[in-house]
Amino acid sequence: MAHSYTPGLKVLKKTIFKKERILPLKGDVLVKSGDQLTPDTIVASTNLPGNVQMLKVSNILNIDPKDVVEALQVKEGQEVKKGDIIAETSGIFGMFKSSVESPVDGTIESISQSTGRVVVREAPIPVEVDAYVSGVVDEVIQNEGIVLKSNAAFIQGIFGIAGEKRGDLLVVSSGPGEELTADQITANMKGKILIGGSFLSLEAYKKALSIQVAGIVVGGFNYYDLKAILGYNLGVAITGTEKLNTALIVTEGYGSIPMSEATFSLLKENDGKAASINGATQIRAGVIRPEIVIPIDSGNTDEDSSSKMPEGIQEGSTVRVIRSPNFGKIGKVISLPSELNKMESETMVRVAEINIDGKNILIPRANLEMVETE
Amino acid sequence: MNKKIKSILATDCGSTTTKAVLIEFKEDRYHLTFRGEAPTTVEAPFEDVTKGVLNAVMEIEELSGRTILDGDKIITPDDGSKGVDIYVSTSSAGGGLQMMVAGVVKSMSGESAERAALGAGSIVMDVLASNDGRLPHEKITRIRQLRPDMILLSGGTDGGTTTHVMELAEILAAANPRPRLGQNYKLPVIYAGNNKAQDSIRETLGEISDLDIVDNIRPVLEQENLEPSRDKIHDLFMEHVMAQAPGYKKLMSWTDAPIMPTPGAVGSLIEMIAKKENISVVGVDIGGATTDIFSVFEGKFNRTVSANLGMSYSICNVLAESGLDNVLRWVPFDIDRSELTNRIGNKMIRPTTVPQSLEELVIEQAIAREALRLSFIQHKEFATSLKGVQSERTISDAFEQSSSGQSLVNMMDLDLLVGSGGVLSHAPRRQQSARMLIDAFMPEGITQLAVDSIFMMPQLGVLANIDKDELKEDASQAALEVFDNDCLIRLGTCVTPVGNAKPNSKMADVTLTFGDGSVKEIEINEGSLEMMEHPYDEVKVHIKPARGIDVGSGKGEELESVIYGGVVGLIFDGRNRPITLSKESDQRIDSLLSWSKAVDEYPKGEMF
Repeated sequence: MAHSYTPGLKVLKKTIFKKERILPLKGDVLVKSGDQLTPDTIVASTNLPGNVQMLKVSNILNIDPKDVVEALQVKEGQEVKKGDIIAETSGIFGMFKSSVESPVDGTIESISQSTGRVVVREAPIPVEVDAYVSGVVDEVIQNEGIVLKSNAAFIQGIFGIAGEKRGDLLVVSSGPGEELTADQITANMKGKILIGGSFLSLEAYKKALSIQVAGIVVGGFNYYDLKAILGYNLGVAITGTEKLNTALIVTEGYGSIPMSEATFSLLKENDGKAASINGATQIRAGVIRPEIVIPIDSGNTDEDSSSKMPEGIQEGSTVRVIRSPNFGKIGKVISLPSELNKMESETMVRVAEINIDGKNILIPRANLEMVETE
Repeated sequence: MNKKIKSILATDCGSTTTKAVLIEFKEDRYHLTFRGEAPTTVEAPFEDVTKGVLNAVMEIEELSGRTILDGDKIITPDDGSKGVDIYVSTSSAGGGLQMMVAGVVKSMSGESAERAALGAGSIVMDVLASNDGRLPHEKITRIRQLRPDMILLSGGTDGGTTTHVMELAEILAAANPRPRLGQNYKLPVIYAGNNKAQDSIRETLGEISDLDIVDNIRPVLEQENLEPSRDKIHDLFMEHVMAQAPGYKKLMSWTDAPIMPTPGAVGSLIEMIAKKENISVVGVDIGGATTDIFSVFEGKFNRTVSANLGMSYSICNVLAESGLDNVLRWVPFDIDRSELTNRIGNKMIRPTTVPQSLEELVIEQAIAREALRLSFIQHKEFATSLKGVQSERTISDAFEQSSSGQSLVNMMDLDLLVGSGGVLSHAPRRQQSARMLIDAFMPEGITQLAVDSIFMMPQLGVLANIDKDELKEDASQAALEVFDNDCLIRLGTCVTPVGNAKPNSKMADVTLTFGDGSVKEIEINEGSLEMMEHPYDEVKVHIKPARGIDVGSGKGEELESVIYGGVVGLIFDGRNRPITLSKESDQRIDSLLSWSKAVDEYPKGEMF
């Protein structure tokens, strides 16, 4: 049977979810292999070098850089407090002295005779990495972090904003085709992850923000509404660092698009369970999609359903059209002709014959996405 | 004399696709004979670039029936039935070469350092300068966040004051930056500043970085010396950056010449063509994420990368930077604005889709015009009159540069405009590529248009750069012959008279004399666009412009020349420069439709 590779987002009922939790710089790993983790467990910590203050001592004292050493009251490596004298001129007969004080608490890092500058480094900045998802330590990466392992349901979205959040899932929309409206979002939803259907308006998102909902998962959102949230036009889909209380994960795309049946029903099945989500998206080489991880209790830890991902579309597969015309519509593959076909745009492409709403039409395979039905 | 090179295998490892070409010497010249491609395998689960290379080469083996591989080795030399004589490669996989440059004065040594880095084929993540308005701790934070592959530090003229460049060095030292790839090696830093500061630089940066010192990029104020820095960047790219990327050590052991960064190879090819033909050239490569522009004017080469102007990953940024109205002015029908932005947003998050309907194609090509136009504006601003030691200038010229200098780009002098990248190379009709190039770059006078059909300029560029004495001559002959005969698709020539003309008034009389002796007269009128089909051969042309109108010889001056047709033909463009469209929707749509019709741009039907 003809078949074609089409990228699809993962919607997995049960998988072994693994995630590296790594420090930005080398440091200490605080857990060991096999340890049980909750999302809040700190797994590794380190200190980032503190900020530096550069003092133009020669300029301030109006002396030559090579004379700075003589005026110094401190040595390299010495700790200083805010207000301590760093350097001082001898003045005239002990009068008319001028001096430089440390603007911060810190350590004298370096003294330059060529530029007459003294570098004061502030206290190190502690950095901690938490587990993010409950599970066990699968592997310790020495001095860097760990690999976490968890039995979980795992869903990828197409696009998201804001970084890691956690909370209990709460299905709000009654079906995948229903919009999640502002009036459905109420004060008791603080800290929850809300599940909507086809669409979320800007008004509804703002309301969720105001009552500190942890996250929203929904089928579609308007591209131009992003500007009102982010404060700028999103030119490239690289997100995750936005400082927003409510993460947003869009599962299908821009506009009003029903959430895929598989995604919605899996979320519904896990209604009320604790989940960890991350809106971070990076659509570049090394693509990162937003994710929803729902740890599940399971005796059988070996099964990895990610290996059961269908390899591509085949005759009979259910697919979704991901570009206009027919954008968002779902159909069944009737055939996969091997020859190139000319589209209305005169582009020559490989196509699939799809039955949509009872009609058979040809659509470029590049414009189709697999929809898992199980 | 050395044995003639009979066959060449060349690959380009892009961020998504690895492309291989086979070039063979047949009869009297080198020909591109086969090509293959396969997904790049730098990332998980493969994490070995050579797998993708082997897959692409296997495709060539299948198509050609020739054995090139022995297991995972390339067979050399060519024994007549199997193997190839040489193998070369370029790479932009894993994000290419990402650099940070620093100079004392942003518009002087900073700009020179940027030019050197871009010319070497890197992406410049940021330009640090003493006068860039940022406080030391802000600069330090920035350096730490960016994690470049390498840093180029410049500043000060030889023998001059060292204070400012030392301050920059101290900032680098305080940031103690770490390289992007690999946790266990020191970040390469190239120092190309005041020679008097070299010892102090060694003291400050020698410990914490892998420091290399080369000749000053600006030895004196009015002289720029980019070559030593560019060469060092290429060396370090091989030694450090590539050596860290998965599989590259193996790949490097296969090649007969150093692996070049893809844009560096393309640039050097364009530079070579311009030099050989003694012409001015603009080349553009519009990709999904970035648009690269290369130019050679007055013998001076420049390259810019518009990092966030592209047709898929950064398509929304084109929209954000140009504005929806500027995109829509090229679209000859009305469309709901909010629906359009959602559609463009969906292209960004699902970058691999293709336009199925004519409406989608027209919109995509409208966006391409704006991406190209904006990238070219950036290029013109950067390609200013200072480069290379040979272009010495007076002190007064050097001061002018602070106001960002005089752009070298002169459209009237431009001889050849080459486009590449999906939207230009794969447009269903070549007329569409010609229109996009003309509308975005707005050539003046006589300009030849071409597209690189399968984007093989990188492979040809690295071939043209082979240094080994015994290979050099044949390799560069192969590069030029294949470029001329197989790589470029000649679209034709655009003839554009320029000057203030009243609407619909006559701008020029053109007399064309064809090879068979036949003669044709054409009138170019203001606001019009006409096309004449003619293949790629010589046409003698005599142009008599109206008063105040210039076609290349000066206002009102007649011009005799030879022009070439191509797969599109000869295009006579009477539209004003810059091309302006009516604010009245009906008039604008009328103009767009008539121009499209004139060049047979889109299929006839409801829309056209």
